[in-house]
Amino acid sequence: MSVRKMLATTNRVLGQLHHDKRTLGLVLLVPVLLLTLLKYVFDGEPQMFNAVAPVILGIFPLLMMFLVTSIATLRERTSGTLDRLMTMPMSKTDLIFGYALAFSLLGFVQACITSFVTLGLLNVVVMGGTILVLVTATAAAFLGTTLGLFVSAFARNEFQAVQLVMPIIMPQVLLCGLFVARDHMARPLELLSDVFPLTYSVDAMKQVALNTSWTSTLTHDLLIVFGCGVVALFLGSVTIRRQES
Amino acid sequence: MNSAVHIKDVTVVLGGEFTALKDISVDIPQGRVVGFIGPSGAGKTTLMRAIVGRQHITKGAITIFDTPAGSPQLRPQLSYMTQEVSVYSDLTVRENLAYFATVFGIPKKQLQTQVAAILQTVHLTDHANSMVQKLSGGQRQRVSLAIALIGSPKLMVLDEPTVGLDPVLREELWALFQELAQQGTTLLISSHVMDEAERCDDLLLIRDGMLLAHGSPTELCRQTDTKTVEQAFLQLVGGN
Repeated sequence: MSVRKMLATTNRVLGQLHHDKRTLGLVLLVPVLLLTLLKYVFDGEPQMFNAVAPVILGIFPLLMMFLVTSIATLRERTSGTLDRLMTMPMSKTDLIFGYALAFSLLGFVQACITSFVTLGLLNVVVMGGTILVLVTATAAAFLGTTLGLFVSAFARNEFQAVQLVMPIIMPQVLLCGLFVARDHMARPLELLSDVFPLTYSVDAMKQVALNTSWTSTLTHDLLIVFGCGVVALFLGSVTIRRQES
Repeated sequence: MNSAVHIKDVTVVLGGEFTALKDISVDIPQGRVVGFIGPSGAGKTTLMRAIVGRQHITKGAITIFDTPAGSPQLRPQLSYMTQEVSVYSDLTVRENLAYFATVFGIPKKQLQTQVAAILQTVHLTDHANSMVQKLSGGQRQRVSLAIALIGSPKLMVLDEPTVGLDPVLREELWALFQELAQQGTTLLISSHVMDEAERCDDLLLIRDGMLLAHGSPTELCRQTDTKTVEQAFLQLVGGN
């Protein structure tokens, strides 16, 4: 493992994004626009919007970083650059950690913009304050990145990679408590939501919204989100083979 | 002369069903330009991937500088240019080179000078700050080749490095390959252009995953009683 090579990878991935202004714009601005739209959907019901907005803040970073990372790593696998890197003196960890760091940073910037607009301009009240929102959103972005990295191994092309959002992320969104509170769902569904990592990033954001201080549930949620990310990262590194059969 | 690549009874079965290489044995000495010649689908790329350690070998063994292919200690000594243009199209030429040079382990102090020298070699100095996706096919090919030159590796494995290049540039690159070989670098170069084959020190003629012949262009012509490598190749392929 070489820190220099890892940081070079982070720098390279961010450089690719830097040259791709449209993707950068979509990643950074679309969440804000959607949340603004949602505010007007709940026009006249500010308390409803105030309850839903934090849940969305827990979902968006994960969803968007999942998409961006799965496409980015798929391109690495199919363009021949991975072939090249795997014959070079570079450990898989340098590559994978480099990716995770790059997209977590992007997720952090996205979270900064989103929370500035949501808390500052859309008047959503979050008891825990901005810092905790940023911590939780970045953790969600990290999880999205690592899941994307892992899942890209199961796609042969971009069409498949994009479609994987539906079976992998959408069930988690449906069961995370956005539509029906988890304890009001049928027992099997509630149990299913217990094992979905997105549930915990959403729950963490709810904790931040409802409590003025750091709660033990928040610690528990964040540990699960982070732990799932680490597991996905490990699984992702297994799917990147040095030698193909 | 010392052996650079030693291949013994190598068989590669891809995905558990397709036999891409069958019982290949050959010894490649150091400091030579060796052409891998054969029709497309013959197994040239698979053999190259096996040599650089990217492809698992089903049976047999490959050693490079007396070390088993795929060993970590070999990675700083070899470079591999894949058939597709394996560079980041959404970065500039210089950014590509700087990244791969860092991955290759070139110290920070030497990085700028080495990148500049390589850019000069492949005639891309004027395009150093251009995005790869804005370049022509031939220019992209040269970016990919430039990356294979990083760190002056002892073994260069180049899969069709001159495809899509104009005759003048091809001429220059072949002169470069010869020069590198004279300095002791071993170059394995695949091609299906026969006039390029004439310029190699040694040729491996591969078809259907089997090694049909191995020798210098003159030797192959003498063996088959022909005048050009193309005729020799057709003779060998036809007579099988």
